[in-house]
Parts: sequence; structure tokens; C-alpha cells
Amino acid sequence: MFKNLAIGAAFALALAPAASFAAGGGDQHIEDFAFSFEGPFGTYDQNQLQRGLQVYTEVCAACHGLQYVPLRTLADEGGPGLPEDQVRAYAAGFAVLDEEANRYLYDAEKDEFRPLIDSDHFPANHAAGAPDLSLIAKSRAGFHGPYGLGINQLFKGIGGAEYIASLMIGYTGEEKEEAGTILYENTAFPGGWISMAPPLYGEDVEYADGHSNDLHHEAEDIAAFLMWAAEPKMMARKQAGFVGVLFLTILASLLYLTNKRLWAPHKGKKH
Amino acid sequence: MSGIPHDHYEPKSNGEKWLDSRLPIVGLIYNTIMIPTPKNLNWWWIWGIVLAFCLVLQIVTGIVLVMHYTPNVDLAFASVEHIMRNVNGGYMLRYLHQNGASLFFVAVYIHIFRGLFYGSYKSPREITWIIGMLIYLCMMGTAFMGYVLPWGQMSFWGATVITGLFGAIPFVGEAIQTWLLGGPAVDNATLNRFFSLHYLLPFVIAALVVVHIWAFHTTGNNNPTGVEVRRTSKEDVKKDTLPFWPYFVIKDFVGLAIVLVIFWAIVGFMPNYLGHPDNYIEANPLVTPAHIVPEWYFLPFYAILRAFTGEVWVVQFASFITGGIIDAKFFGVVAMFGAILAMALAPWLDTSTVRSGRYRPMFKWWFYLLIVDFMVLMWLGAMPAEEPYATFSLIASAYWFAYFFVILPILGVIEKPLPQPETIEEDFNAHYGKQADGSGAPETTPAE
Repeated sequence: MFKNLAIGAAFALALAPAASFAAGGGDQHIEDFAFSFEGPFGTYDQNQLQRGLQVYTEVCAACHGLQYVPLRTLADEGGPGLPEDQVRAYAAGFAVLDEEANRYLYDAEKDEFRPLIDSDHFPANHAAGAPDLSLIAKSRAGFHGPYGLGINQLFKGIGGAEYIASLMIGYTGEEKEEAGTILYENTAFPGGWISMAPPLYGEDVEYADGHSNDLHHEAEDIAAFLMWAAEPKMMARKQAGFVGVLFLTILASLLYLTNKRLWAPHKGKKH
Repeated sequence: MSGIPHDHYEPKSNGEKWLDSRLPIVGLIYNTIMIPTPKNLNWWWIWGIVLAFCLVLQIVTGIVLVMHYTPNVDLAFASVEHIMRNVNGGYMLRYLHQNGASLFFVAVYIHIFRGLFYGSYKSPREITWIIGMLIYLCMMGTAFMGYVLPWGQMSFWGATVITGLFGAIPFVGEAIQTWLLGGPAVDNATLNRFFSLHYLLPFVIAALVVVHIWAFHTTGNNNPTGVEVRRTSKEDVKKDTLPFWPYFVIKDFVGLAIVLVIFWAIVGFMPNYLGHPDNYIEANPLVTPAHIVPEWYFLPFYAILRAFTGEVWVVQFASFITGGIIDAKFFGVVAMFGAILAMALAPWLDTSTVRSGRYRPMFKWWFYLLIVDFMVLMWLGAMPAEEPYATFSLIASAYWFAYFFVILPILGVIEKPLPQPETIEEDFNAHYGKQADGSGAPETTPAE
């Protein structure tokens, strides 16, 4: 019986080659970072998320929005976990750079943009034509192979956070001009040339917790923060997954024993 | 209802008689769940229950998701993020629904290939088979339209490519495409009608499932030997079968529970593994993704669609004799739908009088090759349309058609089948040894 089940399981797995073949492919170099949130039991590192938030606020936010992320979720468990008064202060101090994309903040009576409050989202920012970062960690795949089958995603994860971190450290320093745009060579970017200037050089921010702020660490921190921004419920989801798998395994075992006993009178004794 | 003789429901109390003479619903349910079922069914027969579970799962999660989703091109993407971030348990509902579609197709493919191996499509079960194919078609339509609803990049471009297929139909194609889309391109009208139909079709599927079950309850289940249940007397039936409840319900639940362990682990630990990262980018009609790839369950047929390019001689020939009416694009569309039609025609293409692949020594290998072919096509469907994949796709597509239109008809003539057991009882006893308590009485409770 279990031989058949095993064949069935193998069949089901083989039927499922992840269709994750993002742009470009082969020529990218994605470093496999060891993030704390990898694997079934991986969790976000709250301190790392807070550091990543700082990198986002002080560097990325100049060009990139985070429009789907509600500011209040910065206080959520399983996230950066800031105290609520800090979240309110953070929101009030957040500069809205792209007024056109955030018209809802405009107060016609006072003829000015009101400050953000914690029930607002992070502002959108399309001014520089940079992509919104709310879901960037889920909209990029770091790993594709072998042969485009996506099987290594089973072991390494899909690799969105690895892609982001690799992109941060992937600049070679080469530049070229193409149709009036300056492109920067980057080993992680599909095609090898990206229009984003190197955002991080190392020591761009001063971490309050004294954590190393070299380029590699900053890259890891921002990647982790953006993974949280894209998948804020990951920890609750994994917990639900764990509980569900546990109880379904118990249920399956009980059903198996019930079935065995039910059928026993109809099957001869095996020798 | 069933053609197999068995004990039917007899109303005993006055209340039961009162109800039964007005609405014989208890009898209907009794006869349905107590149907005599071949007792030698193996574990490949659990997928029907898994499919029923999937349909219920998708309808239940879908109805709740609709309460928070907004079918509008400006709001759809944001409303899905709202579900993921703000709705209580919304991320679980959404991931269950999204991966539920994959489980649905894993189950239906195993279910279909089980039918192809054990000859479940053969007389007298052709209607069951055809209804099954209709369910499969409805599933594909539902899944395709459901994938459009989050309004990501793959949603939009998938919809553009697939509706474009209808545009390939000669003369009327463009009009049909416009009619399907509700305009010249994929836009708000398209999203709204896909939303409407995505909600409707599952109920059509549910109705077809009832007919599917009705049909095979009339003919009786097939089984791994392909030998029919003896219908000569109720005693003979009891030697070959056991009632569906509790024997097969519990057995199917064992299978379902094991499948659900895996399913739940995927939803809990890697819910985006089967999806495409590009669908987390909001739809943008001005930016075409580098590779437009359908969901994994469409890949085999997508590979067949793309295999027939203008460089293939069959396509050139078809184009030549029709004066160019059939071009490469239309040929590909015909091939894709033809690949599904070929499966539907299996009952009439298979000339062998032996039902089960177990007793067909040559058929077996061709069948295993078909499974490999299906997997290879799935891989090719995700690869870019360039060499060497184009040639591989053509070979793999050719085998798919050859299996149904050449191999199945010829095998029935040239193959020498192995001896089959006389009865299901014989097969069961050969597998499990002589029964401990004589010729198994279905009434026996497990406690005894």
C-alpha cells in the first residue's frame, strides 16, 4: 500500500515544477544568504527588521514607495514590533515626497498635506519611476534551476530576499550611458545593467544597536525588512502550518488504524 | 439507481414511510452511499474523494474571499493585498484557495491517468468519461479566469495570450475575441466578466459532478482488474464487493488525510512555490513580462500549442491546402484543443477488449511513456520558445497524438493480453489470501 502511496506522492511532486522563471535567468549571480526566516521553522529577527526599516527610511524611501504596507503593522507581533507611540511618531515624521501619488493626504481647507498617522499606509512614491517595494521580495525569484525546473527552490526557498541582498552588493562599479540613461553594471540583475545607482555603499546608516553597518550587513537587513513587508503574516502562517500538519498527521494515523481494523475481517491473515 | 443488485432502503417506521411516499430522499442517499463497490480497489481510487474535497474547499474559501475582493482594474490588486494583510486569516484563505487550485489539478491528472491505465473509459463507462472531460474543461476555464482576478502581470498577460487564441480562428476570430473580452483589449470589462464566470462555473462543475457520480453508480465502479462485478445474484455481488460506506469512505479518508498533510505543509511553509513571482507585480498593459508562462497545470497543453510553428511541414501543408486559412497560430490552437479531445475520444480509439492495463503487456509501456511525455511537455511549456525546446516540444506533442490515434487502435489488434482473473473475488483473495471468515459479509462490524 505504501509503495503505491509513495508512487503517488512522487507523481504529485513531479507534477509540480515551480513555474518560477523570472526575467533573464541564467546570467544572474545570486548569493545564498542564510536568513533567519528560511525553512519551515524560520522566524523574522525583530532587530534585523528594525534595522532594515531604518535603511528603508533613510535610503530607499527617497525613491521607492511602500504603498501596500500599513504603518500600524510596524507594531505587529511577528514584524518589527515597534511600540505604538514610536509608530505614531515615525508616521508623523515620515516625509511625503510624491504628493501626486498621495492625493488623499491633501487637506483642501488648510491647503496643505496632512502628516501621516499610524492608520495610513506608507506613502506611494512614483516620482523617480522606481518600483514600489511592498511586494518586491515576492515578485523576484533568486533561484530557478536546475534546467528551469525550480527544484532548488524546494531547498533554498524562492530567493526573493537573496535577490535583493545580492542586488545591493552586486555592483561592479562599471557604468555606461545608453539613450541618455546611465546604467550600472550589477551581477545580480537580469541582463547585467540596471538603471538604479548603487543605493548602499556601507556605513550609510548608523544602527542604534551598534550592529555592523558594512555593505553586506545593510544589504541583508534591507532584504529581511522587505521580505517582511511582502509577507507580514509569515510567522502566523508557519505556525498555522505546523499545527495543521501535526493534527492532520494524527488524523491520518487514526484513520489508517480505523481502516485497518475495518477491513481486517475481509482480508485473510498475511504470513 | 445502481445496476448492481443490492439491498435497498426500506422505510420502517410510520414517519419514514410518510416521508418516503412524498420524497424518497433517504432512500436516494442510502442507495448512493451503500453502493456495492469492488473490494479490490487500490489506492489510485482515492482521488475522486480528493477532488470532491477540492471542489468544496474552493467554493467555501472562494465565497469568503469574494466578500473582500473588488473586481475593478484599479482596485483588484490592492484588494488582494488587503485580504493578505488586513482580513483576519485572509492570508490563509487566499493561500488555501490559490494552492487549492493546484491540488485540484494534481488530483484530476492522477484521476485521469488512473482511468487511462485501468481502462475506466471503456464501455459501458463512456458517459462517465465524457462528463469527466467536461468537468476537466470547466476546471481549466475556472482556473484560468481565477488566475486573472488578482490582476498581477501574469494575470493580465496570461489573459491577453489565451483570449488571443480565439482571435486565431479564421474569419470570425477577431469578433469572438472582442466579444469574450468585452472590448478591444483586456480591461475592466474583461475582469468583471471573468469574475462573474469564475463564480458561476464551480456550480456548473458541481452539477456535472452529480451527473458523473450518477453515471458510474449506474454502471458500477471500474476496478484494477477491469473485470465486472458478477450481477447474477445478491450473494455473488457480495463476494465481489463491499458497500461504499463504511469501507471505502474510511479508506478514501485515509488517502485524503495523507494528501492534506502534504497540502497543508505547502500552504503553511511554501505557499508561493507553485506561483509565478511576476504575479506580485500589478498588471501593467505597457510592460510585457520577459516570459509569459501559464500556471503549471496548463503547461503540457501550452507546450503543444507552441510546438506547431510555421516551420513544421504539417503546418505548412495545412496552410497550403487551405489556401492560408489555417495558419500556424490557428493550427496550434486546434492542436491544443485536439490534445484534450483525443483524451475524450479514448473510448472509441482503444480497440482492445481487455480493460485493465494490468493485463496488457505492451500497452503498459506505451502508457508509462505517455506519463513521461506529459511531464516532459509540462517542463517544455515553461521553457522559452527557442531551440532545442521547440524540437523537443514537437516530438513530445507528436507522441501525445500518436498514443491516442495510432498506438491505442493498433495495440488492441496486435497485442496478446495476459490471462485475467475470472472474478474480482479471485483477484482480492490472490492478493490478501483466503478470507478468515468465509465469503466476507458486508454487515460485519469492525468490533466483531
